[in-house]
Amino acid sequence: MLNLRSLKPALLATTAALAAMLAMVGAEAQNTLQVQPTLRVVKHSDLKIVDPIWTTAYITRDHGYMIYDTLFATDANNQIKPQMVEKFDVSADKLTYTFTLRPGLLWHDGKPVTAEDCVASIKRWGAKDAMGQKMMSFVKGMPVVDARTFQMVLSTPTGLVLTALGKPSSAVPFMMPKRVAETSPNEQISDYTGSGPFVFKKDEWKPGDKAVYVKFDKYKPRAEPPSGLAGGKVAKVDRVEWRVVADQQTAVNALIAGEIDFIEQPSHDLLPILRNDPNIKLVDWNPLGNQYAFRFNVTAKPFDNVKIRQALLYAFNQQDFLQATIGDKQYYKVCKALFVCGTPLASEKGMDGLLESNFVKAQALLKEGGYDGTPIVLMHSTDLQVLTNLAPVAKSLMEKAGFKVDMQSMDWQTVVARRAKKDPPTQGGWHAFITSWVSADILNPVSTAFLNASCDKALFGWPCDAQLEKLRDDFAREPDPAKQKAIAEAVQVRWTQYPTHIPLGQWYQPGASRKNVDGYVVAPASVFWNISKTGK
Amino acid sequence: MLAYIARRLLATVPVMTVVAVFVFAMLRLTPGDPAAIIAGAAATSQDIVLIRQKLGLDRPIVSQFFIWVAHLLSGDFGESFFYKKQVAELIADRVGPTLALATLTMALSIVISVPLGVLAAYRQGTWVDRIVMGFSVLGFSVPVFVIGYSLIYVFSIRLNWLPVQGYQPMSEGFAGFVQRLVLPSVTLSVIYIALIARITRTSVLEVLNEDYIRTARAKGLTDRVVLMRHALRNAAVPIVTVIGLGIALLIGGVVVTESVFSIPGLGRLTVDAVLARDYPTVQAVILLFSLVYVLINLLVDVSYPLLDPRIRY
Repeated sequence: MLNLRSLKPALLATTAALAAMLAMVGAEAQNTLQVQPTLRVVKHSDLKIVDPIWTTAYITRDHGYMIYDTLFATDANNQIKPQMVEKFDVSADKLTYTFTLRPGLLWHDGKPVTAEDCVASIKRWGAKDAMGQKMMSFVKGMPVVDARTFQMVLSTPTGLVLTALGKPSSAVPFMMPKRVAETSPNEQISDYTGSGPFVFKKDEWKPGDKAVYVKFDKYKPRAEPPSGLAGGKVAKVDRVEWRVVADQQTAVNALIAGEIDFIEQPSHDLLPILRNDPNIKLVDWNPLGNQYAFRFNVTAKPFDNVKIRQALLYAFNQQDFLQATIGDKQYYKVCKALFVCGTPLASEKGMDGLLESNFVKAQALLKEGGYDGTPIVLMHSTDLQVLTNLAPVAKSLMEKAGFKVDMQSMDWQTVVARRAKKDPPTQGGWHAFITSWVSADILNPVSTAFLNASCDKALFGWPCDAQLEKLRDDFAREPDPAKQKAIAEAVQVRWTQYPTHIPLGQWYQPGASRKNVDGYVVAPASVFWNISKTGK
Repeated sequence: MLAYIARRLLATVPVMTVVAVFVFAMLRLTPGDPAAIIAGAAATSQDIVLIRQKLGLDRPIVSQFFIWVAHLLSGDFGESFFYKKQVAELIADRVGPTLALATLTMALSIVISVPLGVLAAYRQGTWVDRIVMGFSVLGFSVPVFVIGYSLIYVFSIRLNWLPVQGYQPMSEGFAGFVQRLVLPSVTLSVIYIALIARITRTSVLEVLNEDYIRTARAKGLTDRVVLMRHALRNAAVPIVTVIGLGIALLIGGVVVTESVFSIPGLGRLTVDAVLARDYPTVQAVILLFSLVYVLINLLVDVSYPLLDPRIRY
């Protein structure tokens, strides 16, 4: 028999080698885990595309806020405030806006920001963004007055100019140097020169691993304190790294171990772990939150029938969706308002009796609408935790109302691809799916993409309603906020008669931070100015 | 032997061609549209159509295939739909972490599993054998991510000895490089240790009943010499085969491990590219993996005559 002792030298050598390796790295491990003057952040996804005009992806919007600046911005009270603009005035006939830039604004290459740069940037954004297109439909010209001043001359008055230029979410009108802004809006830019508080380190950008930003020393912040996306943007850390940690549990472990400083969107089921850690705090950085929405395809029978769509307004209730997905009442709110509870245009006008799971009424509407039992193809996204449980709830409520439902499970990217198809639902098309909007995107009838009812030009689902479109146009033309509110309510009432989608409730996503990091800006986008990091 | 190697290398051409056609077709048949993903949530149908044209996805599939093959033959893997970077550049960035993880995993697996397997064979039926085989069953049964999370909890969260995640290139410090690879390598090696130890035990057990082992012992050789020089060498062919297969299987293993430990390697690139329907990247990575698979098989076959002179090509 083999004597164990005969293998002893080999076993000892192996053990010693492993021990030496661990000892050697142990010392450096302690050094590496020390606090470094860098803010390490896990964002909600990997930065793949870096042109915030070319795509509406939120990660690209957030990248835009790092390196670009805006003429106007939305503050914490949802008011539009000047940002790069020092002063502006509107002519008595409300047809000419004159904007003057703050002195001393520089691009990251050291050249001054000019009015010409801004005009070119507005044109590129205005050609791509839906709200920008609407605003530009009123614009006759944008003459440059001098290096820091330009005008916007309108054909008819509109209340849309400041709202659009200060819109907080995708696609944000970020200012770019003229040479960059002259890139076709259908081409991606390749020059990432901005004038924002951070500089993008293109040489350190490793897709799938990290994106790196360093403080722009020559950035000239406004004197006011930060408020929402407005006010002084003071970079208080030298370097910000967006680390890609795809696995949520690993991100949470890394935060607990102090390897990263902030997780923008930890999943709700992991929040109790984070809440119980003495070194972690939860940060409510976006109190506006998000809104779930059930989207109809109005080109597919039976959802081409208003009565059938209205039946769902009665069959659904928001509580069931929110409880199934978010669970913790602290992080959701039942809110029937189309334009987000807690914001200026929020209203429950026309919503009486809706979204209360009145199945008797829903069944009556189905009968009235002549529903023939066609199975509803409901696309069920299975790979995004915040969406996964929604479709089964919808199916259950729809069946109680008398619908037949064919719920088809797929990954989100398949939903994204399939929702663009107008084919019949039995041939690869669809009837409905559920998604979520950042509330900042749906604060008014023009920016709410699901309310666009311009038929083929509308977003997937293609609603087609002249009345709704007229009301949206009226809203865009109306400069008086009080009258805008009345029009927004009229839009909501019309929407109950011609539903384009159904709001399924608001939900909130706290971030998780190490306690030694302070100064998070409360805003609809996660931004990193004003944040400081001290000690461990 | 050289003629054999040349023949095998030539045989890779049709294999790779089949793989190329298969991967290309599978991707196009899979639901999903990269243009819709790129365009974002608020994009209109017109936006998506424009992007599709820009990416060349509006052309007939056959035409897309021949354009891709033509570029491939000139050494151009194309440009990633999302990152606007050359796919070759993306892969080059990601090869390092995966290669390091795979190398350390296999080294660790071989160094631990072969002695364990030999030991279990020599002590067949004893507690040593039972422990090794018990570990082997456990290693097969426990999913990689469970092992990974458990190790993170103990060594990173509780003891704070090793980092939870990430990768540091060797150029930025050897210690940091190793430190970040210890947990992923140990995690990934568990299944290979189980696999190789089991095969080693079986192979050595077979050999130990051969006449030449009895002869060796009769000559008065020590157990260690009998074991290492006579038994293990003759049992090596199946062990090397399994190690070769293990390296190939490792390609799948790194996908999970790289996700759990947030290592920016080829596994993660593959998953991200598949989820995003980044066709050029997926096609290039799968071709690369297939090539590695074919070459490893060739290396294993070439090693047989070196281990067993009776084998001739």
